[in-house]
Amino acid sequence: MERKTHLYDCHVKAAGKIVPFAGYLLPVQYETGVITEHMAVRGSAGLFDVSHMGEVLLKGKDALKNVQLLVTNDCGQMYDGQVKYSPMCNENGGVVDDLLVYQKSPEEFLIVINAANRFKDVEWMEAHLVGEVEFTDISDDISQLALQGPRSKEILCKLTQEDKLPVKYYSFREDVDVAGIRCLVSKTGYTGEDGYELYCKNDDAVKLWQVLLDAGNYDIENNNKKPDVKEDYVLIPCGLGARDTLRLEAAMPLYGHEMNDDISPLETGLGFAVKLTKENFIGKAGIVSRGEPKIARVGLNITGRGIAREACPVYVDNKQIGTTTSGTHCPYLGRPIAMALVDKEHSALGTLVEVDVRGRRIAAEVVTLPFYKREK
Amino acid sequence: MKEFLFSKSHEWAQFSNATTAKVGISDYAQKQLGDLVFVNLPEVGDEVVAGEEFGDVESVKAVSSVYSPVTGTVKAINEELLDHPELINSDAYEAWFIEVEEITDQSDLLSEKEYNELNA
Repeated sequence: MERKTHLYDCHVKAAGKIVPFAGYLLPVQYETGVITEHMAVRGSAGLFDVSHMGEVLLKGKDALKNVQLLVTNDCGQMYDGQVKYSPMCNENGGVVDDLLVYQKSPEEFLIVINAANRFKDVEWMEAHLVGEVEFTDISDDISQLALQGPRSKEILCKLTQEDKLPVKYYSFREDVDVAGIRCLVSKTGYTGEDGYELYCKNDDAVKLWQVLLDAGNYDIENNNKKPDVKEDYVLIPCGLGARDTLRLEAAMPLYGHEMNDDISPLETGLGFAVKLTKENFIGKAGIVSRGEPKIARVGLNITGRGIAREACPVYVDNKQIGTTTSGTHCPYLGRPIAMALVDKEHSALGTLVEVDVRGRRIAAEVVTLPFYKREK
Repeated sequence: MKEFLFSKSHEWAQFSNATTAKVGISDYAQKQLGDLVFVNLPEVGDEVVAGEEFGDVESVKAVSSVYSPVTGTVKAINEELLDHPELINSDAYEAWFIEVEEITDQSDLLSEKEYNELNA
């Protein structure tokens, strides 16, 4: 039985097409459709309900020590209010999950985890706690909204004082008053655009959803832009479909696709978030013993006719060299793209490959990641 | 205008005479599928069989098979759809996929009224 986020009724009211995802009933898209939602985020702004994400707190004298043991990135020199991305590995160096570490203080960290991995992660973390630390799974108490796109700041500034908002990418502020709602606001996201993620109490979620859409000139009553607005849209609700195409264009990995319990972070191009110089962390020995990665994550530009999805075999000269991990038609680029894990020797840019799409071989080329990068 | 007949798998057939028909997908189907971005069609001269897959359509999210409501030979394909699959979303009844001739058999097809009741 799937659970509903506190915004479920808002999604139904906004004509969201509801699907089960990671144990929740969430909108894959609204009436606007994936392409419009995707383009809204690239050109203006989109609002996502990401309340399914899990949140845990690590608190106490040894909080930092625990974070350092659990994750592969180095959180030792973080400032209060900083966010850091990191994989969390098992002993063999496979990825248990990838997550965001929020440092409230060296003695208090908020960790945001994938919904699909929540119970696995909680069990894993609790089993590996050391010293004086209090671990709490607060996922069920928190709702999360992602406001993404170049006009996010303008929209949010209608509801709060600009100087209360986080400025730097991957930083956050606590106790931000957004139209009277107390939020933790981070400058983070999963779309490749500027934007914010807002965490609030469940009881405030509906109001936050409504005031944000209203500030973005979206008419909640009629599921349309407000009649006096000249532009096509300013802010629209966006579903899981657009979330996936946006992150794929930005080449952001998704757990269960580009990584899993068997794949090491180095093998999937996340070496930037693995600090082997760190004294110790779970999985360090496993990663080291694997040696130089024999596979690599690559971007594929599909040049033949067709759309490669996940789990399509990738060939060079009739020899399978890997498998796609994600793939779709990308709205902003207007063409099909995919990510794949392939043998390192065939991972060079410009390598010509074939992808088997339901029995049909279509041509593709290894290209630079990300597929899309916002202009700064 | 010739009437549209529907299969339970959401394709339509519009006969221009007893053995020739155009085939497409219903408006209900395109709404369910969402924004379409790719269409895969057979070639002229290929045989299609009632109830069997003859091509597919892909939305951003997923691929779906398209089944032929009739048995016959492909007389023409709508090449415009190959470059502009979004035409299916804008008008599913204008956006025919294939034209089939020498039709010898057909699925159990529903009238528009029956089809709409099925999806109501």
